[in-house]
Amino acid sequence: MEAFQWQQARSPAEAAALVTQTTAEAMLTLQGTPSAQQAILVKAGGVDMLDLMKEGLVNPRRLVDISRLAELQGISREGDDSLRIGALTTLAQIAAHPGLRQSHAALAQAAAMAASPQIRNRATLGGNLLQRPRCWYLRSAAHHCLRKGGGHCFAFAGDNRYHAIFANHGCAIVHPSTPATALLAFHAQVELLHPQGQRRQVPLEDFFVLPEADMHRENILAAGEILTAVWLPPQIQTNRSIYLQVAEREAFDWPLAAVAVVVDLDAAGLCQRASIVLGAVAPAPWRARQAEALLTGATINGKTAEAAGEAALAGATPLAQNAYKLPLLATLVRRAVLAAAALPQDPRAS
Amino acid sequence: MFPGARAFPEGELTLMKEDPQENEKSAAASVLGPGAVPIVLRVNGETHPLLVEPRTTLAEALRGSLGLTGTKIACNQGACSACSVWLDDLVVASCSILAIEVGERRITTIEGLAAGGRLHPVQEAFIAHDAVQCGFCTPGLVMSCAALLAGNPHPGEAEIQTAISGHLCRCGTYPHVVQAILALADAKGD
Repeated sequence: MEAFQWQQARSPAEAAALVTQTTAEAMLTLQGTPSAQQAILVKAGGVDMLDLMKEGLVNPRRLVDISRLAELQGISREGDDSLRIGALTTLAQIAAHPGLRQSHAALAQAAAMAASPQIRNRATLGGNLLQRPRCWYLRSAAHHCLRKGGGHCFAFAGDNRYHAIFANHGCAIVHPSTPATALLAFHAQVELLHPQGQRRQVPLEDFFVLPEADMHRENILAAGEILTAVWLPPQIQTNRSIYLQVAEREAFDWPLAAVAVVVDLDAAGLCQRASIVLGAVAPAPWRARQAEALLTGATINGKTAEAAGEAALAGATPLAQNAYKLPLLATLVRRAVLAAAALPQDPRAS
Repeated sequence: MFPGARAFPEGELTLMKEDPQENEKSAAASVLGPGAVPIVLRVNGETHPLLVEPRTTLAEALRGSLGLTGTKIACNQGACSACSVWLDDLVVASCSILAIEVGERRITTIEGLAAGGRLHPVQEAFIAHDAVQCGFCTPGLVMSCAALLAGNPHPGEAEIQTAISGHLCRCGTYPHVVQAILALADAKGD
């Protein structure tokens, strides 16, 4: 790790005023030139930032530390029954929060499945949403890929077993955040603090950026903006939710495929609303609209759950080595829909 | 000794200062480094003044400056948990924290577990159940298990597995680790 300066911000506004670039901007370099040591970057839990710095992928002149700012910590219920999760709330705190485990089970489950206990004790929700993708070409200092300002994506002709099967044109990263899959299913918003002091709330759906729009960033965060909180809109009391993932290692690993399902069932068992979001298969958490449409107004049973699993694959364009994600997804969606509706898994279908 | 981490020499404090030019510009929180900066670490009940560069990780400061080499660095990227220590009551990967950001929080390392010349019960259980082979991952595993028992004296098998899920052990001692902690959980009288 190169040497750098250290500055402990005394408020989010002070941090926003000091920071000069996003981490993604600081990683952009011209072909073959090492990244210049100019940027002043913000650091929260530091889990991803230190990784990137140790690899020499980002080389800031200074880190502005916000990790001790009390106003960015904790989970609170606001006036209209929205939940506000401070950006520095750790994944461990989200996983263990009794209220969240009741009202937003899929989010608590996703937080509990991300990384290891050691990392969950330090990793913040804001940092988790803003971490850079885990594509091994992006993470390799020896590969000057498109996302870092190079002229070539190495994944298409290379080893793409862990890459995207949706929206993978030009660059095939998968979004690395596990909680984001659940947050999108709950229609969460992010709260951003601008260097000039204004705050704005952006639906998570509009926060993420696909490669076809901009290859060099995963979100719309502007230089100097600080992600201060995540907002969860009030949930219908009867909502049921679940997060499921498949990974190569059960102990802790990045998912190969994941799904978050939220359903609202009426008294007759009819599905009033279904929210189905896929993880680890696209450059952003991926809403399975056709599967959602199929379940809305329908009775959830083994047949409709299986149809939803098939519908979730619509539009997939798998690469040479990752078509295996299709059956994983179809199975995950079917299982998650049945589990969310508290129905037994049909043994004949599994 | 790691670059950027060294023991605190008497009288050297005056050499270590903030960058006056940067501080004038920002009129904000102090800019420290990139050279060595004086900090104080509270480790195993003792207070240690140290000089560290901002880039020095907690694991490097513990092993280098303080000579507490029980904490191991293996992957150095938070993926193996060999460097696990307690930050207050939380188990964390000390390779993924900077020494400069620890502040007033208490650090406990493997060297701080034994008390009054007696091994910690988890250390004794590891020996009794042969939960050690090459030993490189062991200090971290012991820290995770001791933290688990501190908060939950009678964990079940699944809880133990979750508590140690961050650790990589190339010798495959996991089943013996689980047996050691299960025995301890059963034996505890409370």
